Amino acid sequence: MSEGKATKTKQLQYITKTDILQLILRGRVFLALIIVVTVFALVSPGFLKIANIIIMSKHVAIFAILGIGMTFVILSAGIDLSVGSIAGLSAMIAGGLINEGIQLPQFGVIIYPNIWMVIIITLLVGILMGAINGVVITRFKVAPFIATLGMLYIARGFAGLRNNGYTFSNLIGKPEFGNTGFEQLGASNFLGVDYSIWIMLVFALVAYFVTTRLPFGRHVYAVGGNRRAAALSGVRTNRTETIVYMISGFCSAMVGLIIASQLVAAHPATGTAFELTAIAAVVLGGTSLMGGRGSIGGTIIGAFVIGVLSDGLVILGFSTFLQNIIKGIVIVAAVVIDQIQISMQERIALQRQELK
Amino acid sequence: MSKPAIVSNSSGPDTGVILRTENITKVFPGTVALDQVNYNIYQGKINVLVGENGAGKSTLMKILVGNEQCTKGRVILEGEEIRVRSPEDALRHGIGIIYQELDLCPNMSIAENIFLAREVVRRGIIDKKTQQQRTRELIQRLEHKIDPNTLVSDLRIGAQQIVTIAKALSQDTRILVMDEPTSALSTNEVKVLFRVIYELKSHGITIVYISHKLDEVLQIGDCITVLRDGRLVAEEVVKNVDLHWVIEKMIGRKLETLFTRKRHKIGKVLLRVEDITLPRVGGGYVVNHASFELHKGEILGIFGMKGAGRSEMLECLVGANPRATGKILLKGQDIGGNTTLKRIQAGLVLVPEDRQRDGLVLTLSVAHNMILASLKKYLNRFRLFLVRKKEEKAVNTLIKELSIRVADPRNLVVSLSGGNQQKVVVAKGLLTSPKVLMLDEPTRGIDVGAKHEVFEIMESLAAQGYGILFVSSELKEILAMSDRILVMSKGTITGEFTREEATDAKLINASVVGNGLSNEDKQ
Repeated sequence: MSEGKATKTKQLQYITKTDILQLILRGRVFLALIIVVTVFALVSPGFLKIANIIIMSKHVAIFAILGIGMTFVILSAGIDLSVGSIAGLSAMIAGGLINEGIQLPQFGVIIYPNIWMVIIITLLVGILMGAINGVVITRFKVAPFIATLGMLYIARGFAGLRNNGYTFSNLIGKPEFGNTGFEQLGASNFLGVDYSIWIMLVFALVAYFVTTRLPFGRHVYAVGGNRRAAALSGVRTNRTETIVYMISGFCSAMVGLIIASQLVAAHPATGTAFELTAIAAVVLGGTSLMGGRGSIGGTIIGAFVIGVLSDGLVILGFSTFLQNIIKGIVIVAAVVIDQIQISMQERIALQRQELK
Repeated sequence: MSKPAIVSNSSGPDTGVILRTENITKVFPGTVALDQVNYNIYQGKINVLVGENGAGKSTLMKILVGNEQCTKGRVILEGEEIRVRSPEDALRHGIGIIYQELDLCPNMSIAENIFLAREVVRRGIIDKKTQQQRTRELIQRLEHKIDPNTLVSDLRIGAQQIVTIAKALSQDTRILVMDEPTSALSTNEVKVLFRVIYELKSHGITIVYISHKLDEVLQIGDCITVLRDGRLVAEEVVKNVDLHWVIEKMIGRKLETLFTRKRHKIGKVLLRVEDITLPRVGGGYVVNHASFELHKGEILGIFGMKGAGRSEMLECLVGANPRATGKILLKGQDIGGNTTLKRIQAGLVLVPEDRQRDGLVLTLSVAHNMILASLKKYLNRFRLFLVRKKEEKAVNTLIKELSIRVADPRNLVVSLSGGNQQKVVVAKGLLTSPKVLMLDEPTRGIDVGAKHEVFEIMESLAAQGYGILFVSSELKEILAMSDRILVMSKGTITGEFTREEATDAKLINASVVGNGLSNEDKQ
């Protein structure tokens, strides 16, 4: 940075002006969240009560957890359309394990795993579905959009098949089978905060740590930013991509468990269209669909913007139709601003170059 | 060096200039693609434009035909400034282009392609008869007989080329730009194409002809313009020049003082490569049974024209191409069957030619790019997470060692100049603690000062005992830097010279074996 002195004053002015604008644009999601919260707090007095905040956070947690998995996928320049369906399938698997157990007719026994086993098996199923996505994408070179679109249908189909389209209801288990307590996951709290919110916080912290401090996280950014350069640097790109979908599957299964537990029932349509909200949260949080650019923190804030917006609009009595319109506008506007920021950055870079 | 080159116009072409550019400058993030280019296109002539890859030929043409906008400068057509914002604008001014990759729809007929988006319509319905009639006339004018209803996918490449020319002519093109028109043609088809070009010229159409094949250029051109590193370096009448003049202008650099190496000791064999072979899809070889040795502390230069297979050979060595075969022995150990990761760990590292495409992750910061290939080194005791202190220490050491000019290593890597970006890629390679460093055109697109620094780095690395493979198309660089020089042509190693033996002429002669000077061995 050794530009001539003659241009220095002019340039300084320019930079300070654009720097402020840049700062606003960079922190836009957080700004949006503050604005949304302020507006609702002013219009509806009960909005900032602890009870309301906890209820809203519970809603947000679902999409934030899906969004965390989705962030990994989108950072690697992929997309996962199957998260909602995997959540639905996971709910059905957990429900089946609790109500029907694992039936082994050839031995004439039914094994009822305890709740911890149910949770672990369900999460493993989620990881497996993600792994299938990953393998189809990396080994068979299927575009992520298509591969996960296929999985969207397949997982939803299996979810329906599991109980012929019926719900597994009353998932409280039986004391004699030793599988009670599933509803705790959705209903109980720790220090007054629901488990699902704790799960979201833990997932977010771990994901933040993974993306910023683990070699794997760097690999994800590198694969999304420039696959060739990453491969030439010795990054195992196929493995990285596969793991990314496994993480997304894991997060989806967690969401399936939380929803089933909250309802104390597993419905095969659980999580329908959730993938879109998850993608919206990620994009709103500033992660580029092109890959390589974005953060977990952004996704969490993005999920909160969407969650607070939906709940706030309900509280204010807006119709569902109006809610949809407003949400749609917010999502598109976020990306428009994203593009403006990128082109502005490029312009500034060019101008600096020319000054040299 | 930033002054525009002196254009010798003493014996300039006798006809007027139909189109000229005035101080055209194009800046891309990280590079200056065109630097104050004053380019002249002479009316009714075949204007050939040559230059190395990345010299700015394509960018210049994209600006003329409206696919790119220039950062600065003007385009003047017949004395009047024009603004070309889109290909449609260019066509309105009579400027058409035929691209290297033919831009035809293979699923449609010749006539449909020619009148695509300009269909002849009568009462809202496409008038097929008129379209076919006019297509027939156009193709006849080009001395061909093809049924206008033939699907383009059924035509051979040469015939497709004719269709694109017909398409351009149907749009009343006065200036026709041809970007590498012969790259996919057989010798016979080239002859036909040349006849067509002469025919067009006789009809008063101005041709701009871009090619890497210098013999062709000298055969067909009336006037020649040479670009190098985004600057116009020479403009001449073709009659007055020969192949050596062109090569010299293209790659020669008046930088004799560029670098003089200190001598130092060369050690034992470090890398032995045997029979590296990469077959080409559709027959032949991209890399043809290449074998060589590299010693400790040696800089081995690899010279050749574009497409000689140099970069491809390095890519084979680093394991980027699964179809490559051959033996690679590093310190006696065969690492030929390993993945890229394993080869890097064994001590082989590549600094690729196209740093933005293959070397850098542009969405990441300078620091994160530098440590990308060596992340394992910065893990904590339990080898689980990255320790920021260790990262910073490595990054700062390399920034100082290679004197990379960056305000803050956390800045995005795109914010650096080309030379500094190149150093980041080198730093990334060095951080993997390699034994052999392969540098593919490390000085491409960076300014003279940065080039000098890159050479200094190479020199000191060689003195430290690294083995260095150095690919360059710049003769002077190769001659100045190498202890030994290999020359490649058409995938084969066609010459090996010691530092003392090597001369300009010997290297050029070896680099055009079976390639440039004669037409015989072209199939």
